[in-house]
Amino acid sequence: MKRDLLITADGIAPPSLAPQLHASPVGAALKTQATRWPRLPDWLLAWPLPLAVLAVWTLAAHFEWVAPQVLPAPEAVALTFKESLLSGELWANLQISLLRVLAGFSVGLVGGLALGVAMGLSPTFKDYVYPTFKAFAQVPVLGWLPLLMLLVGIDEALKIILISKAALVPITLNTYKGIQGVPTRYIEVARVLEFTRWQMLSKVVFPAALAPIWNGVRYGLTHAWLALVVVELLASSEGLGYMIVYGRQLFQLDVVLAAVVVVGAVGYALDKLLALAERRLLGWRKEAF
Amino acid sequence: MATTFVPKPLRGFVIPVLIVVTWWAAVRFGWSTSPLLIAPGKVWQTAVEQVASGHVFSALAASLRRDLIGFAIGAFGGLVFGAALGASRLFEKLAGPSFHTLKQISLFAWIPLLSVWFGLGDAAKVAFLSLAAFFPVVLNTFEGIRSVPADLLEVARVLKFNRVQTWAKVILPAASPSIFAGIHLGLIYAWLATLGAEYLLVSGEGIGNTMIDGREHFLMDLVLFGVIVVGLVGFSLNWIASRIEARALAWRGRSVAQF
Repeated sequence: MKRDLLITADGIAPPSLAPQLHASPVGAALKTQATRWPRLPDWLLAWPLPLAVLAVWTLAAHFEWVAPQVLPAPEAVALTFKESLLSGELWANLQISLLRVLAGFSVGLVGGLALGVAMGLSPTFKDYVYPTFKAFAQVPVLGWLPLLMLLVGIDEALKIILISKAALVPITLNTYKGIQGVPTRYIEVARVLEFTRWQMLSKVVFPAALAPIWNGVRYGLTHAWLALVVVELLASSEGLGYMIVYGRQLFQLDVVLAAVVVVGAVGYALDKLLALAERRLLGWRKEAF
Repeated sequence: MATTFVPKPLRGFVIPVLIVVTWWAAVRFGWSTSPLLIAPGKVWQTAVEQVASGHVFSALAASLRRDLIGFAIGAFGGLVFGAALGASRLFEKLAGPSFHTLKQISLFAWIPLLSVWFGLGDAAKVAFLSLAAFFPVVLNTFEGIRSVPADLLEVARVLKFNRVQTWAKVILPAASPSIFAGIHLGLIYAWLATLGAEYLLVSGEGIGNTMIDGREHFLMDLVLFGVIVVGLVGFSLNWIASRIEARALAWRGRSVAQF
């Protein structure tokens, strides 16, 4: 928990932590209603709520309880979605956004890993750099935004810098903590085996620190995506965030909603991608248990 | 190594001092003629002016008021929703998937929608802030309640606790570290969201608006001052939350919350 707080001190929602805990005691012990509904499969239970929302939404739009500028009909959103998909507008914007995230995230990843490894391995370097880093991390991405706008303008550089800052902080912190957290007894074993410095790093320290580092990478990507949306909302003339702003300005809420759905889907896909990679990368750990 | 000249506790100051000295030298010797390059003293002067005139306090008060109202609404809603998700399997199956889907939407993407539904004033900002606090509180409350050990609940059953007793004496205390972590995160997110809301829904007063104004008028000193204030507020909120957390969890015998 201690680490969670540090990582997310930058202020952005962590990737999903929750739904893995199925065999849990509380629900069962409190004898919830679940026992009274034994026949319905889980996936079916997930649908009533969204369907009810959709129904109310459709009715509200159909009878014009609210103005279409405030809440467009679901079919209008679906149609806009289809149109912008077919016209390539959505793809073009998505591509731009993804490229930006990729560029910013890569910079943040390289910088974060380098900084984290250096601070983790060298106490002297840590003494010099860590306080400044903490102060830098304390100001959220949005706090830096006006300053950076003055310094570098509102072009591509602004987006890349902010996105990389968003990714850099959690990656640095987790890499540093991960290396610090390598159990001393591993190091002792390696000493007994007379490992060279390089062997020590490649066979002991990095494998042992990989899980927290990877966590940091995942948080970093989530943060990067969040930062991208903010920057595009505030200062951009293309990309998914711009689609949202543009739709909002013209009161075309169908465009806004379509873009919001894509933003959510991409965020989800990015996180799932890293989760899959994690299974590959950290699969060997499970064999031990 | 030359580095050994600097005593350990002072090492953290080396980089900031170097930065300020370089900055000062850049101004003093005119390395750049950009109007954005202002003297460090100018920032100090602006800070003094802002504090003396009270501008910074009224802006901060406006920001913090919104922040705390939104946070309180979001955190309360998150506690109730998270507890319900955690305690009832049926509710989890009904509402959990919808919640996890909504959670995927990048926080700031909500602002344009909320601004249509709630206008550009404080209502939209507070709604957005409560949303920002809501998600982490729900997730951590859910997680905390789901990870209450079965043994504890068995003890409660042996002692014939009723529902209220089970919740008040067993489930909530056992889940409290996770719940507090969620509230702490919620507080941090709400502060970030406060800034975002002020940038995107430019109306009214607030520290974010002060910075936006500074940027529009190319007042580098004001912007830098704003960056410092934002950092300090974030730091203080964080610190206060950790203190409260450490206090509230002191009975557990180990300082879960301190870092």
